[in-house]
Amino acid sequence: MLSLNAIFILSAIAGGLGAALAILDRYLASYGICHVDINNGAEESFDIEGGVTILQAINANNIFIPAACGGRATCGLCKLQVLEGGGLVLPTETPFFNKQEMKQGYRLACQVKIKNDIKILIPEEYLKVQRFRTEVVAIEDMTHDTKLIRMKLIEPDTIEFKPGQFIQFEIPGTNEFRAYSIASKPSMKHFVEIIVRLVPGGLCTTYIFEELTVGQEIYITGPFGEFYWHEESDREMVCVAGGSGVAPIRSILDTMFEKNITDRKVTYFYGARAVKDLYYYHECLEYEKKFPNFKYVPALSAMDPGDKWDGETGFIHLVIDKYYDDCSDKEAYLCGPPVMIDAVIEVLRKKGMPEEYIYFDKF
Amino acid sequence: MNPFVIFFAAIFTNNIALTYFLGMCPFIAVSRDIKTAYGMGVAVIFVMTLTAAITWPIYHYLLVPYNVAYLEYVAFIIVIAALVQIVEMVIERFSPTLYINMGVFLPLITVNCAILGLALFMILRDYNFIQSIMYAIGSGIGWLIVIVAMAGIRTKLIFANVPKPLQGPGITMIIAGIMALGFMGFAGIVNLQ
Repeated sequence: MLSLNAIFILSAIAGGLGAALAILDRYLASYGICHVDINNGAEESFDIEGGVTILQAINANNIFIPAACGGRATCGLCKLQVLEGGGLVLPTETPFFNKQEMKQGYRLACQVKIKNDIKILIPEEYLKVQRFRTEVVAIEDMTHDTKLIRMKLIEPDTIEFKPGQFIQFEIPGTNEFRAYSIASKPSMKHFVEIIVRLVPGGLCTTYIFEELTVGQEIYITGPFGEFYWHEESDREMVCVAGGSGVAPIRSILDTMFEKNITDRKVTYFYGARAVKDLYYYHECLEYEKKFPNFKYVPALSAMDPGDKWDGETGFIHLVIDKYYDDCSDKEAYLCGPPVMIDAVIEVLRKKGMPEEYIYFDKF
Repeated sequence: MNPFVIFFAAIFTNNIALTYFLGMCPFIAVSRDIKTAYGMGVAVIFVMTLTAAITWPIYHYLLVPYNVAYLEYVAFIIVIAALVQIVEMVIERFSPTLYINMGVFLPLITVNCAILGLALFMILRDYNFIQSIMYAIGSGIGWLIVIVAMAGIRTKLIFANVPKPLQGPGITMIIAGIMALGFMGFAGIVNLQ
């Protein structure tokens, strides 16, 4: 006869432990209401039930800061100054800060748990960031593996940004988001366009390619980014894009030519693999015809057999190397894969471009 | 059996890592540098002592009287898992310093066979409560000594010419074997039935 005792005893042990865990979780893991003071008493300060991270707390109160990795302490974008109440620095945070930053109280917002009243500093431009409810109005194919997504802003219905900045795209049905550069120009203030390249196995790009439909409601947050077009400058521009890095450059060039700013010399180097990967190509050829100060230099590094191409070939940084002798009076806007950016920065440095004029966004 | 004899034996002659080869996973993985090895060792002592203290009464006052002693494997695993969770919550709340130093290791220890092994040995050898506690603390200290020693050796090993196939876990296991041979030198100091 099966021992009933066994079942009871085991259930009693499991149940007792479960109850103990639940009670302890209730009492130990609850910290009461904590006050989060922002920018020394600014109106955005709020109260919240403790136990959540600073990032979760401020997101719940409609304040958004860049946090590309979603709380995994791998991107380091959510750096904030915590003046008081942050507690001890966790080992997951230390790789991101140097000694001076530690002294100034810099912490990763996604790692610091709010256990008591806390005082933080949030840069003004982040307080301007908003969360937009949008509707997808177009999904256009740019190449075999790249699409343009156009979203109409519903609430709020306008966006202000500088060409080159990015938004965070919330993947529906998950708590995840991914950063995408804004490919449209600021004058299209009721719309945001992004360019997405399919990454095999990628969470967001697979979602966009397989599930996203026109008419769907999407939430985006932005604008973010230290990478943007310096309109006031009159230095010659060297724009370099690789892969899906075209998006911010498209935003910059479209804005520039819409405003008829034609006295600055601009050269746009675009690195792709084969003819089938070219996009925003005919638009740039048009710009070349209309604006004598604009030069378009696409280069293919891995052509398919049968490709007809009489333009530049090889890796883009080698092409740039050929074009310039002296870059000390120019400024550069680079976006694309980290490897490409590193290689191009090397070349530009060699040609004398000052570090502070090399602007880049590594994907 | 004098509890202190058990304590001493658990550290040297019946070392849980080198004599019984239990707890090998973290032993190989966490012995890279001394600081983390030390943190892990302290966490192990903590969990072992707490485990012995809780599972002994559960066995003798709950399982045996109701004739379900055979449930020890299942019951012990459930208790160890829950216990580690509780301990982690308590430490995180009351001592952030301790949490930063060893809290991260606690979830790793839950499935450590050394903890279950300890619980089962204490039943097998029929220890009373005091003996069990001393056994647990001793085993923990023995494990700590060995993993810190291993970490020290591995730090020096960085400058040695280890053949490529053996680098990492390979050479660590060989060294563990040599350390075990070394510890065999302690045999006979105490006699544990």
